[in-house]
Amino acid sequence: MSVPSDSWQRAALGLSLLLFDPRHLGGAHIRMRAGPARDRVLASIRPMNLRRIHPGITDEQLFGGIDLAQTLEAGQVVENSGFFQSKVNALLTMAERCPAGLAARLAQQLDRDAGHCILALDEGAEPDETLPAALAERLPLFISPDGRMPADWGLVPAGTDTREPASVTASPEVGETLTLLAAHFGIDSLRVPLAALRVARVHAGFNGRAEVTAADVEVAAALVFPHRATRLPEEPGDTSEPPPPPPPDQDEDTGGDQGETSTLPDGDILVDAVRALLPADLLAGLVPAGTAARSGGAGAGKKRKGNRRGRPLPSRPGRLDGTSRIDLVATLRAAAPWQPLRRKAQPDQSGLLIRPADIRLKRYEEQSDRLLIFTVDASGSAAMSRLNEAKGAVEMLLAQAYAARDHVALIAFRGTGAELLLPPTRSLVQTKRRLASLPGGGGTPLAAGLEQAATLATQSRARGLTPTVVILTDGRANVALDGTPDRATAAQDADRFADVLRAEGVSALVIDMSARPQEALRELSARLGAPYLALPRADAQRLSGAVSAALGG
Amino acid sequence: MKTPFPFSAIVGQHEMKQAMILTAVDPGIGGVLVFGDRGTGKSTAVRALAALLPPIRAVESCPVNAPKVADCPDWAELGSKKLVTRPTPVIDLPLGATEDRVVGALDIERALTRGEKAFEPGLLARANRGYLYIDEVNLLEDHIVDLLLDVAQSGENVVEREGLSIRHPARFVLVGSGNPEEGELRPQLLDRFGLSVEVRSPNDAAERVEVIRRRDAFETDPEGFMQTWMPRDEEVRDTILKARRKLPKIQTPDAILTDCAELCIALGSDGLRGELTLLRTARALAAWQGARKLRREHLREIAPSALSHRLRRDPLDEAGSGARVRRIVDEVLG
Repeated sequence: MSVPSDSWQRAALGLSLLLFDPRHLGGAHIRMRAGPARDRVLASIRPMNLRRIHPGITDEQLFGGIDLAQTLEAGQVVENSGFFQSKVNALLTMAERCPAGLAARLAQQLDRDAGHCILALDEGAEPDETLPAALAERLPLFISPDGRMPADWGLVPAGTDTREPASVTASPEVGETLTLLAAHFGIDSLRVPLAALRVARVHAGFNGRAEVTAADVEVAAALVFPHRATRLPEEPGDTSEPPPPPPPDQDEDTGGDQGETSTLPDGDILVDAVRALLPADLLAGLVPAGTAARSGGAGAGKKRKGNRRGRPLPSRPGRLDGTSRIDLVATLRAAAPWQPLRRKAQPDQSGLLIRPADIRLKRYEEQSDRLLIFTVDASGSAAMSRLNEAKGAVEMLLAQAYAARDHVALIAFRGTGAELLLPPTRSLVQTKRRLASLPGGGGTPLAAGLEQAATLATQSRARGLTPTVVILTDGRANVALDGTPDRATAAQDADRFADVLRAEGVSALVIDMSARPQEALRELSARLGAPYLALPRADAQRLSGAVSAALGG
Repeated sequence: MKTPFPFSAIVGQHEMKQAMILTAVDPGIGGVLVFGDRGTGKSTAVRALAALLPPIRAVESCPVNAPKVADCPDWAELGSKKLVTRPTPVIDLPLGATEDRVVGALDIERALTRGEKAFEPGLLARANRGYLYIDEVNLLEDHIVDLLLDVAQSGENVVEREGLSIRHPARFVLVGSGNPEEGELRPQLLDRFGLSVEVRSPNDAAERVEVIRRRDAFETDPEGFMQTWMPRDEEVRDTILKARRKLPKIQTPDAILTDCAELCIALGSDGLRGELTLLRTARALAAWQGARKLRREHLREIAPSALSHRLRRDPLDEAGSGARVRRIVDEVLG
């Protein structure tokens, strides 16, 4: 049996295996938008007896604890049993909103090997709206069918004579093949080949085989590897890296006398099989190693909702779970109107009668200040062309920043290095003075400028500011970080710092102030994940307008 | 719950395993930070360590695992005062943990139902005399980090809030793990970890295959696997106990002290914590290896773990600071 090429059939196979032995598999990551198709998918696995959990679930609900509502009602401590106290098949709905803390705890539960199975139902629309990596990594299967659901879609029936997956034997070559295959696709984590091995066992058991065969390995690779691939395998003939040694032919001496079923598929065939299933947008998603997704919008400082500090928001009804603070006044106010009624119901109780429903929790919203880091190219070529216009634009931006109570910092790079002309400040006068006296001349040490900006951005973030780097330059870097005038090294250094900035999640904006738009700068902005503005013959007014439009402020 | 994967069956990752063992030999080293990719055995090693550690004697009902009844904090309501042997506590600090859960807080349930003011001890109390493990330590919220720094330094947890005034000992070995791609640690917290190791997924195909083979054997036949590996784990445990006894007797020649100082000066590490940890860890290593005297080899072997996280970060140094330390060690120690 070969692997179905249709994504719906693959999904059916994955779900059938899941239904067959959820405990052995441990879970799946299902990424589908809500709709009739998803309803049918969920209906198909109804026999699993899924219990729903949601991203806002509290620790008490998960691990057991004191039932506050019952306790208050009864006047004595009532404990409730937690969700994970017995073996459970959990369905985590809205998994894309799962906070890192919950993901860590669920991952811990899976690591304990206590026989739980977690299905994460991910409704994310955007690529970066997805399950936290700590949990996604521990869920072997990934089910995300695309296209139209076939009308006759349904699960795959199990073989006639199924077996316990734990009793299925796998020859050492199976593990070896899967490990090498994972390495081939740039999957570093060793949890993944292990998961694939489990899937292979379950598939063998599902089909009533006592030993893992080539078909099982193929299915396991197809269900577990494609969405995790971080690179395309080298083409045969590409000798940049020695190809992994083919699995040695030792089938005979392992006692696998199962006839032709125990010969494993050739590594290359498997590679091709998995390659055919790689998601189409894999290449688009292959960002340079070490760059994380950039955090979204660059408007004002990020808003953070919390229940610890910041500007108070209206309090909300809720339960005390140890993560929040009670708003005493609001709680009393909520309880007040009910006192006569409750007194009538419970005449023997004295004092205030407060029910769990009255409890109000405090909420705060914090807005961190924005810091605009202007990184200005003051090299000779820039000075020739439009340094003065850039200065004018920065001044106009400063006025806006002043109105928005943003902080501003100024970095200039020229000659052999970069200089922090003005540390983060709100003083407009000081900024203007420094800017006016900014001299021009020398080479373009773009890398040095980016380094300064990255350092400043990290520092300011630690102090609670939300940094945005605005880079004004006229083109190609031609001075390397160590001050030598070497174009190639200079470009490399600049690229590496652009990666650093992106990995730090600093939002940025690249403004091209050369007379003709430069391709190099467009590449730089792509590397930074930043908007690019080319301003041929723009005046200060337009520049400032463009910047504020790009910054959403 | 299944038994954790045996420590001695972890393939490779020598540096990480050694660092963890050394903190068991001398808990005063001050913790291990393990940074590396996902799925490289970080969590496995920590959980395995729990099973490996020699048990401790503690008062049965004491919330802070005190060794004697006299050492129990006065707020604790002791039930049984029997001394029992229990495994060294290894407490997980989950990412979303709140301040209340970490340091302890007013027992709300008792306050509401019985109108009593009682203290509900937190994770720090439970971790006393044991290990506190933080997975994804770099994602921990800042205010919790501040709190941990304070307690880790003073060895005492002080709670002053909501009309409570409570203090109890909180001496624990901090073990943190994380993935550097998701964020850096603040230098202040970095410095508090005695040792730091970087783990990478093995590049060697044979090693990777061996990992999978052992793990698979463990999953399919836990009992048989444990039978194979338990004796080795016990060996490690015995050696740890032996090393603990030997530790106070290790001689430290003055020349080695000079070496430590020169090394730290050459590396430009801030403060004196680098020297102190280097010396302590080297002594633990000497005890672990059964030596009587501290030698240069010990320093050389342990310097990268003890010092690499105390250097100023250079974002472009892709080789990692471990390589820098090794280079300078070679220069200084010749």
